[in-house]
Amino acid sequence: MNTEIALFLVQDGLTNGAIYALLALALVLVFAVTRVIFIPQGEFVAYGALTLASLQLGKLPGTAWLLLGVGLAVAAVELVQALRLGAVARIPVIAFKFIVLPAALLWLVWWAAPQKPVLTLQILLALALVVPLGPMVYRLAYQPLANASVLVLLIISVAVHFTMTGLGLVFFGAEGSRTPPFSDAQWKLGVLTISGQSLWVMGASLALIVGLLLFFEHTIYGKALRATAINRVGARLVGVSPAMAGKLSFTLAALIGALSGILIAPITTIYYDSGFLVGLKGFVGAIMGGLVSYPIAAAGALLVGLLEAYASFWASAYKEVIVFTLIIPVLVWRSLTTHHIEEGEE
Amino acid sequence: MSRTRVVLGVFLAFILVAPLVLPAFHVTLLNYIGLYGIVALGLVLLTGVGGLTSFGQAAFVGMGAYTTAYLTTVYGVSPWLTLLAGLALTFAVSFFLGFISLRLSGHYLPLGTIAWGISLYYLFGNMEFLGGHNGISSIPAINFFGLALDSARKFDYLIWTLTLLALLSIHNLLDSRSGRAIRALKGGGQMAESFGVDTARMKIIIFVYAALLASMSGWLYAHLLRFVNPTPFSINAGIEYLFMAVVGGAASVWGAVVGAGILTILKQWLQDLLPKLLGQSGNFEMIVFGVLLVLLLQRAREGVMPLVLRYFRAPRRPLPAAAQVLPQRTRPAAGETLLELRGTRKAFGGLVAVNDLSFAMSSGEILGLIGPNGAGKSTVFDLVTGMLALTGGEVHFRGERIDILSARAIVPRGLARTFQHVHLLPAMSVLENVAIGAHLRGSKGVISAALRLERTEEAMLLAEAARQLERVGLAASMHEQAGSLALGQQRILEIARALCADPVLLLLDEPAAGLRYREKRALAELLRKLKSEGMSILLVEHDMDFVMKLVDRLVVMDFGEKLAEGMPQAIQANPVVLEAYLGGVK
Repeated sequence: MNTEIALFLVQDGLTNGAIYALLALALVLVFAVTRVIFIPQGEFVAYGALTLASLQLGKLPGTAWLLLGVGLAVAAVELVQALRLGAVARIPVIAFKFIVLPAALLWLVWWAAPQKPVLTLQILLALALVVPLGPMVYRLAYQPLANASVLVLLIISVAVHFTMTGLGLVFFGAEGSRTPPFSDAQWKLGVLTISGQSLWVMGASLALIVGLLLFFEHTIYGKALRATAINRVGARLVGVSPAMAGKLSFTLAALIGALSGILIAPITTIYYDSGFLVGLKGFVGAIMGGLVSYPIAAAGALLVGLLEAYASFWASAYKEVIVFTLIIPVLVWRSLTTHHIEEGEE
Repeated sequence: MSRTRVVLGVFLAFILVAPLVLPAFHVTLLNYIGLYGIVALGLVLLTGVGGLTSFGQAAFVGMGAYTTAYLTTVYGVSPWLTLLAGLALTFAVSFFLGFISLRLSGHYLPLGTIAWGISLYYLFGNMEFLGGHNGISSIPAINFFGLALDSARKFDYLIWTLTLLALLSIHNLLDSRSGRAIRALKGGGQMAESFGVDTARMKIIIFVYAALLASMSGWLYAHLLRFVNPTPFSINAGIEYLFMAVVGGAASVWGAVVGAGILTILKQWLQDLLPKLLGQSGNFEMIVFGVLLVLLLQRAREGVMPLVLRYFRAPRRPLPAAAQVLPQRTRPAAGETLLELRGTRKAFGGLVAVNDLSFAMSSGEILGLIGPNGAGKSTVFDLVTGMLALTGGEVHFRGERIDILSARAIVPRGLARTFQHVHLLPAMSVLENVAIGAHLRGSKGVISAALRLERTEEAMLLAEAARQLERVGLAASMHEQAGSLALGQQRILEIARALCADPVLLLLDEPAAGLRYREKRALAELLRKLKSEGMSILLVEHDMDFVMKLVDRLVVMDFGEKLAEGMPQAIQANPVVLEAYLGGVK
């Protein structure tokens, strides 16, 4: 291996690692606020990428129909609850939020997609279609079980992952998609060629991380999420609704997931089920941080990206084996540094 | 004949006749239900009963399948030997994986299993000598005493024999000393530790047991299909195995077979139906499985078995006759120094909960430990019983320093406790709950339990539990579920459980709380009786009337420090104590 290849692999690893770091942050966020281990994170990556790919082909993305379908399901659940509580006044709001808005979005995308708007608009449309699925999934699958144990919530996560992967196959089909890069620019830096796309990925990841930081430090909702993460009961006592915190954290996770998908789509071909592995690599990073530390999770995710880049150079067939076996030394390390008897939940 | 026996008999007859009369397609389905059922049985034990989750069972199935496929095709080894080889390999791998992840909090195991499930799947697919993604074909048939099991119909008998044996072994295991310890893992870990159960070891045992069952299922799979490739050992298969266990539920070992049956048949049906409905091909049953599981966990967390069991009332088994009584430890002579705290200190960060506390009690004494709320009384209990580590000072029991020992090592020295907030296993019978107290008075392990070789010891343990229940006056409720007792009775149950450990010193944390007047009198009577039999008792209690009439001496604590020590009358007149309880007059 010469310096050129080594540096190329570093660039490749850091580009992917930046995506994994974003996902790791979202996973830590969701776990801290809701105790949900968010396995379906990867599906949002795939949905984001494939929705953008459809829009670039001038086709109506399957997610538009999916959003309406899921919206109807949420509306049904909310209506039953509203009727049971006798809160008739809420019915128009529910109908507007979960039926009219998704339907309007469906119509908008149906009208806009064939005209192939500029990339920025396409990205905004893709986000508008995918991100609302986050809080809706929370409402349908997790909110009724918000107080269940971490393990029950984890099994729910795996079930949601199953369903979303299957739905991905229905709405996007089995073929993979790859979108054109945001930028074709290339710079020579000594022996190294830096591609515009990898700068885009790293820049966008960094911007998003800084944005999250500002959100948590300086906005009331960010502070509410932090409060919930530190003490759920305490946050509730001062008026932070757990359902609001849950939906908000899922919205952020869906946003991060969909954006990651949009960023990664020009680099690698994404299939309906690719998200799972991408998301799990974020997990390996998040586990390094014990699912609580943001900086260690991000650093761990970068390490995963680098390891993956070098593994695919030295032993490409064993790339996944090497990346996922990394969890074993991580667990050994954590098990040696943790000392406590866990009292069983439930 | 009971309904249970009739249904069981019909089922066995069906299994016996089915391969002969059913069409080939249905025999295949039956074979798969058996194969999956074996894996699901392991998960019922691990997840349903033990509260640990694994998504990686498919990888262990693959391990068993690939071991036999490789050894039989390349080296021509007999399948019976490769079964052992597969089990040995799985044992080593699962022991290692369990060892590193089970010490961490509950969710690291499932996450770890997802990661190495994926890792092993890609390993199967990329190893040249395992045939890569094409797999290994022409695996020989199993030869059973000269009879080649080369058709699905013949193989069915082998599968179901092993499935039913696996089921029986887990049924036996759960109904034993080790089984009670395993059932305590979910929700009673601390309590079990305080009666000497090595919970970490129990977790590894059930993890390895589940992995071994999965490996055996893989061995069967390889010889049924005579071909293996990586696909059936993917993480998705691992997730489906867990679905089976959750759908069936842990209320009975039959849940595994029921869950495997429901999911196998449902999958078959959906795989026919959905592609036609959607007009394209793919694994759309995933969608239905996912939604089904979410609904199940939201509406019926215990799976379908409780609904089934409603029609089968479990027969009330008579207590087995015990030939012998468990041996008792030698009691210290009355008046000998029993327990001594020397400058005991416990700090939680900046909060000093117990501040250089020293006192001693002698054998045959009832010593009351009183003080306002938050004085540190329960913390003292946790320090003495080894549930918490000391920050400073020493604790001595019968002349031996015990503060350096673990909770598990302290119990067998003759010290047993009850808890301020009752720690019971509500779904288990009163008798079984009490028998956990006698855990360290038995020694038979998991293997003898699965094979029912420990019945003499088990009878002695249950007889001891029954004896202690009689002693505290709860014998009439012996077979009820512990969760159905009133709070006062649950506290008495905890005393019986502590007595089962054959202690010389009993630590009771607020035993009279929640008891009615008459029950309190009965409790005081019981404690006096225990004292007259030579038992020493350290008592934390708020009911002053109860305490003053019962105890020989009192230690009063406030803000982690000893305020006073002496006879009840002297304490009642002590101005410092009065100020602590009633507030000072300024």
